[in-house]
Amino acid sequence: MIDEIGHFALVLALCVAVIQATVPLYGAAKGDGALIALARPAALAQFAFIAAAFFALMHAYATSDFSMLNVAANSSSAKPLLYKITGVWSNHEGSMMLWVFMLALFGAGVAVFSGNLPPALRARVLAVQAMIGVGFLLFILFTSNPFLRLFPVPLDGNGLNPILEDRGLAFHPPCLYAGYVGFSISFCFAIAALIEGRVDPAWARWVRPWTLAAWCALTIGIAMGSWWSYYTLGWGGWWYWDPVENASFMPWIIGTALLHSAIVVEKRDTLKAWTILLAILTFSLSLIGTFLVRSGVLTSVHAFAEDPRRGVFILLLLGVATGGALLLYAIRAPSLKGGGLFAPISREGGLLLNNLLLTTAAATVLIGTLYPLFLDVVSKEKVSVGPPFFDMTFVPIMIPLLIAMAIGPLLSWKRGDLWAALQRLKLGFAIAAGATVLTMLIMGVKSVGAACGLALAAWLFAATIIEWAERIHLFSEPFGGSFRRAMRLPRAAWGMTFAHAGMAVVVAGITGSSAWTVEKIEDVRPGGKVELAGYTVVLDAVNDAKGPDYTATRADIRLLKGNELITEMHPEKRFFPLESGTQTDVAIHTNLLADVYAVVGDPDGKGGYTLRLYYNPLVPLIWLGAGAMALGGLISLSDRRHRVGAPSRRARRLAAAVQPAE
Amino acid sequence: MAGSSPAKGKISVMRRWLFVLPVVVFALMAGAFYVGLGRDTNVLPSALINEEAPKFNLPPLPGRKDGFSNADLQGHVSLVNAFASWCGPCRMEHPVLNELARTKQVPIYGINYKDTGDAALSWIAALGDPYTRIGADDGKVGIEWGVYGVPETYVIDKTGHIRYKHVGPLSPDDIKNKILPLVAKLEK
Repeated sequence: MIDEIGHFALVLALCVAVIQATVPLYGAAKGDGALIALARPAALAQFAFIAAAFFALMHAYATSDFSMLNVAANSSSAKPLLYKITGVWSNHEGSMMLWVFMLALFGAGVAVFSGNLPPALRARVLAVQAMIGVGFLLFILFTSNPFLRLFPVPLDGNGLNPILEDRGLAFHPPCLYAGYVGFSISFCFAIAALIEGRVDPAWARWVRPWTLAAWCALTIGIAMGSWWSYYTLGWGGWWYWDPVENASFMPWIIGTALLHSAIVVEKRDTLKAWTILLAILTFSLSLIGTFLVRSGVLTSVHAFAEDPRRGVFILLLLGVATGGALLLYAIRAPSLKGGGLFAPISREGGLLLNNLLLTTAAATVLIGTLYPLFLDVVSKEKVSVGPPFFDMTFVPIMIPLLIAMAIGPLLSWKRGDLWAALQRLKLGFAIAAGATVLTMLIMGVKSVGAACGLALAAWLFAATIIEWAERIHLFSEPFGGSFRRAMRLPRAAWGMTFAHAGMAVVVAGITGSSAWTVEKIEDVRPGGKVELAGYTVVLDAVNDAKGPDYTATRADIRLLKGNELITEMHPEKRFFPLESGTQTDVAIHTNLLADVYAVVGDPDGKGGYTLRLYYNPLVPLIWLGAGAMALGGLISLSDRRHRVGAPSRRARRLAAAVQPAE
Repeated sequence: MAGSSPAKGKISVMRRWLFVLPVVVFALMAGAFYVGLGRDTNVLPSALINEEAPKFNLPPLPGRKDGFSNADLQGHVSLVNAFASWCGPCRMEHPVLNELARTKQVPIYGINYKDTGDAALSWIAALGDPYTRIGADDGKVGIEWGVYGVPETYVIDKTGHIRYKHVGPLSPDDIKNKILPLVAKLEK
């Protein structure tokens, strides 16, 4: 019964979305207040119906209702409740439900939290949002319906892929989807601005919190996915430039550019065409990603089941949304009136460079991801593009970006003094040079590449701290004065400091991971030991273990440094009988600067076991840095200017003057 | 570029074309996507197509007399199927192979890939044996053939050359539309 309600609610959501997509838009064009006012309640109603459908599906999973085809195909009664629930989005149909849920959630958010938006603009934003909703609800109802029944009802389901039974991975999709579906709001704002024919600082301020929220979620989502690969897949890798990974990374890159470009629109009323284009491209890349992952055009370890029929539908959605948006851009954007002039060396210039570098980086990733497809279409040749390509192209683009990131915040608007900025960063140079020399002394002359990586990280970190210290007059005023300045610093400034510092930490982590990982694969008997990077790993015993839906071999390992016991580690190799799959449970010991990573493998038939051991220096910094970046975003999101009214616009036919919310 | 003088009425042609560029690039990309949808990404052509099958001599499964080698492939069209007892999709395609063997149109030879003899024997006993001969391979012969997963099926012509490789389980449609027509063609 609940399933039928869910199904019906989904259809109702579609109906509401159709109304929401058309009526407010017409109302905004005609200046009809009543029709415009329909947008808000429609968005809330749409969210309510989609939420009902989503939770009906979740209820079916939680109660193991195998009369639902989707539940039977992807769940089983032996699963712990957490994985029954997160199994909702482990498959194509369920994850599309999560997609529209996030879409409607953000739409409802705009309906509720946008008190200071002119009603006509809000109506247009919500209308475009509803159009996207219509497209995806049609897609679900016609090609990917999770509410289909199964008869006769099986006694148990097919179960969840064992590799997905993991606390960390369970929440990776919701974060990820909040991210790249959340960017739809920026897209809607851009389209609304193009329809209205103007982009101004007020627009930039209104679009910023939504972009920030989506960006934070996506940062966390990508980091979680990476971290999960690291501790699950068993060889310490965390990024493979797999098409699906790239599909999530490209919106992140362009989203970062969008965040920064919008600052220029807000502060200096320029770079408008760029910002609108970036807003369109961010969500378009999300849509392209959805297409690549679900249509079967690319092979990937991640891809959901291939179905060309679904692929055609998504391609149609993509064509209408992105094609329509870019067409509108081509027609309307040239007439966007630009504002402030600026010299090439200035903060605007720096942010323009930022746009260029990030867009180039994203284009590189896109080309690398799509090249096999294009080559196949044009010449029927089959190639695969892997990490070597991306390392050769992406990394060289990042280097000037990391250097410029340090200098940009020190340049003033309109006309900056580069030499003066570099002078202020003298200490940063010294630290970077010191880091290079120190690395090469400790790790040997051959480590030049890694030394450069650490030097860049040190440079960026030092420069970020220097900029912050200058702002609060640290050391040039008594400490009390500095403290007061720090407390009064706008949160957006704190956000920038955390985010840029976090980026530096991530670069350090990536450098360590690429350059200094130590791997040891040995056949060990219980009682035997292995030396690893100054540690001693002792295998005490290997026993059988049991879980709710698996059996396992479990190794008892002691990690020693010299004679001192650091910790015990218990890697497992698990076998899931229902799905006939195995999964390795890696044991990791971290001291936040390095990881010791242990995997127990197959027995050799003579009483010994294959132990795979890794020493991964600096890898924890990757997750810590990503966390700092997300934290910076969240701090920035709580900035007062998002709650206080934006600079007021000149009165228009219907737009009321903006009232401060406080 | 952006940030220069406010539009003074006439926008330069160059600047207009810059704005049109994104939608043009997108249209090309969407076109490629559309064509790409029609392609089957699972068809990965073997580098060995039209080459002679690699020389090999595989031992039989425990308790059986005959192994499987190159010599068995000479003089008639054959199918070579790589399978294993630990492989799920092999289980799915097995009834299709059984049915094909029943019609006696083309002999099917099996490469038991990276398996244990006892497991393979019980698997065959339970699911049926369509194979004229089976060779037990620890992986070395598979590498020569370009096997990178199971199941894979090769069509070999009368002179021992590989003519077609099918990756993944065979469906009745694959047999009817791809395998049997090719076999008929090679028989001539």
